[in-house]
Amino acid sequence: MRDAGWQWRDLPTGLVMIAPSALVLGAFLVYPLVKTVSLGRQRCNESATRCVTTGWDQYSDVWRSEEFQQALWVTGKFTLLVVPIGLALGIALAMLADRYLRGIGIFRAIFSSTVATSVAVASLMWFFLLQPDVGVIPNIGWVEDLFGVVKEPGLLRDPGTALTSVAMSSVWAGLGFTFILVTAGLQGIPADLHEAAAIDGAGGFRRFWSVTLPMLGPTLLFVVVVLTSRAFQAYGEIDLLTDGGPDPQQSTTTVTYLVYGDSSVVRSDAGLQATTAVWLFVILLVLAALQLRGFGRRVHYGD
Amino acid sequence: MATEHQGLEIDRVTGWRMAPRYALLVVVSVIVLFPVYTTVIASLKPGDKVLDNPLVPDSFTLDVLRNAWERGNLDRYLLNSAVVALVVTFMQVVTAVLSAYAFSFLRFPGRNVIFFAFLATLLIPIEATMVVNLQTIDSLGWKNSYQGLAVPFLATAFGTFLMRQVFLQLPRDMRDAATIDGVGHLGFLRHVAIPLVRPTIGAMALFAFLSTWNMYLWPVLVADEEEWRTVQSGLKQLAAAGIDEPNLIQAGTVIAAIPVAAVLLIFQRQLVRGLTAGAVKG
Repeated sequence: MRDAGWQWRDLPTGLVMIAPSALVLGAFLVYPLVKTVSLGRQRCNESATRCVTTGWDQYSDVWRSEEFQQALWVTGKFTLLVVPIGLALGIALAMLADRYLRGIGIFRAIFSSTVATSVAVASLMWFFLLQPDVGVIPNIGWVEDLFGVVKEPGLLRDPGTALTSVAMSSVWAGLGFTFILVTAGLQGIPADLHEAAAIDGAGGFRRFWSVTLPMLGPTLLFVVVVLTSRAFQAYGEIDLLTDGGPDPQQSTTTVTYLVYGDSSVVRSDAGLQATTAVWLFVILLVLAALQLRGFGRRVHYGD
Repeated sequence: MATEHQGLEIDRVTGWRMAPRYALLVVVSVIVLFPVYTTVIASLKPGDKVLDNPLVPDSFTLDVLRNAWERGNLDRYLLNSAVVALVVTFMQVVTAVLSAYAFSFLRFPGRNVIFFAFLATLLIPIEATMVVNLQTIDSLGWKNSYQGLAVPFLATAFGTFLMRQVFLQLPRDMRDAATIDGVGHLGFLRHVAIPLVRPTIGAMALFAFLSTWNMYLWPVLVADEEEWRTVQSGLKQLAAAGIDEPNLIQAGTVIAAIPVAAVLLIFQRQLVRGLTAGAVKG
């Protein structure tokens, strides 16, 4: 930063100004992370009255446990549904609205509108879209005739469709966010690039693949990183739509839900909760690093 | 600077040539709004008519909305959410501005090390910290209180980082001139720096407000008494209470969604700024 030359007399002021932030970050992010790592070695009896420190092997025990492996598999499937579909739809909506037409502002507002729905609001909307007895879709006659599963047992209760249904609700809720970011990205692409490509005889699809997508690189990288970490931390939609079920496979119990869910097996044991939470942290860290490295190399940042 | 993308000249031709695109825009809009539409329709129908024609607003009443408002404790939930979101937003701005000032305008030894430590906390997902944070809040006696709901979120490294970025763009001479005029750090912040970076503060504040308002897991964990539920955890409660009266829950959902929708309508520009500013975080 600019010229060096540290000034000791700035030190007290500096520390005082940093103190409030440092205190909060230290007490509620750094300390709990360190504490969670050590808490992860502890195991309690059924009623949590007696706890023993079992050692680091609890980390490998949890990792190898059937519940964790199942949750990891569910989380992976959930992420692979939410991220690519959410990204593709967000790009499609942004391309569709990226024209200076009369009234385009209204359509942009509509496409952005799902940012106004919190996870609870979005999930309840979808709940009453899909709920077999009182939901909208299962009570449309021809849908019911065509796809029996919407009524019996219901999309959210069938082990084969529950996760996909939760994912669709998540995709919908995240659509506004992706749309807004991709739209901003599109507006940053200089018009002369498109014009030059058009003059060179590139058609619409060619321009999309060779100009638009590469120029959107940094935006898309950011969206993918955010959507992935959100998918891994998804909790509200699972809590409200499926409670981690349907049983017995726990088809929608993701890693985050495994830590905190009402019906989760580790919920009552802080030690096991901590171990699982640490694994969640490690996985997210590795994923972010992989995405930034692998994807980052291919991203074109312009000049 | 990239010139604003104006679209190809040909796009400006309006009229019938654009009809297919308008048709497509309308169809997609209907699909995107479908969940909202069905929820609003259900909240406006009398309870016994909900299942008759779920897609057609053939009967209309405000009773369900009124009923949800009275029975659901929604006023209390909304108050709690508003208090927590406003306090967190205000404090996040204050803590971010103060620390960013120290990280940009002051040059004390150790500054860069501390700044990198701040940045490193961006890697910690809050979901990994809540088990212990819950114990901390419990031992402070802050379960079911505004402190418990708000205090863990009063500062973010992201806010500090964002504010530092804009402070670094202000000319250093300004600070020197202010020093010569005998203006102190806080005076400089209040009268010079903050007014100059107001748009960024606005974007950051809106982002903070929305993320706090929409928080789900923490309020569910930290407040289990009716009095201290936020809108989000309150909706969970409402949904658990009465599946036999579906449109009551849908009315509650509508009421819960209105404040954020209103805030976003007013602050549209800040929203785009706030979200794209996040792209720096990547």
